[in-house]
Amino acid sequence: MDDRAHIRVELLSNPAYLSGARELISSVCKRLGFDDLTCSKVALAVDEALCNVIRHGYKHSEDRPIWISLWPLSNEAGQPDGVKLVIEDEAEQVDPEKMKGRELTDIRPGGLGVHIIRDVMDDVRYERREQVGMRLTMIKRVPRCCTPARLSGGMAADRGG
Amino acid sequence: MPEEQVRIAREGSGTVIVAPRGDVDMSCSPVLRTALRGEQDRRPRRLIVDLADVGYMDSSGLATLVEAMRTAKRNGTHMVLCGMNDKVRAIFEIARLHQFFTIVEDLSKAREG
Repeated sequence: MDDRAHIRVELLSNPAYLSGARELISSVCKRLGFDDLTCSKVALAVDEALCNVIRHGYKHSEDRPIWISLWPLSNEAGQPDGVKLVIEDEAEQVDPEKMKGRELTDIRPGGLGVHIIRDVMDDVRYERREQVGMRLTMIKRVPRCCTPARLSGGMAADRGG
Repeated sequence: MPEEQVRIAREGSGTVIVAPRGDVDMSCSPVLRTALRGEQDRRPRRLIVDLADVGYMDSSGLATLVEAMRTAKRNGTHMVLCGMNDKVRAIFEIARLHQFFTIVEDLSKAREG
């Protein structure tokens, strides 16, 4: 199995397209065996990641590219057990170490996106892309109790890196 | 969320109900913010935000409600949220904001509170 993304979408940094991205991620996660609430949370994490790119990376410019890539994940036994999502952009590069959510005890509008992403997803990694922009890699595992048989059609890939 | 997607009902005894519909995300939360600010300028005694017709909310929606809550506290307005589904409630819990707001099950309970 090669490591190509099973889904790769390019969209412009226009908030009007957030709902389409959420629908895509949520419906694919449903097929990958996540329960409805977890599908919604994973879509929320992607939404927050896209919002951060639009707001902080592109300063609300609506015509810049963002790429979403998705890989199904499987365990050592070859059974489906999660999803890997990668969000990439061409925004100004920042120190990945500074991509942290604010303290939740500081109740004020804004600044919750990174916290939400880290809370929802099992593994989150920010890094600089090779030439320009940032890459956010997120992994969510299907809870063991929910691992479905519905991926038996061969959708599950290897771990995908 | 076009403007008609935020319903506003002013009831007797200084109660106003603001009821957004659809998704409250980065593209739509400014409409809700404008509606809330407009109603808060009227200094209601009680502000009910009815989320029964909201299917999804992200952190921009949360930020809008946090801003409204802070204004409400400053103005002496009793602000109540109601009608949220499990998916909307989840983001309040992730952000640990479910304890910052007064949240009740539905509109009838919000009117009682």
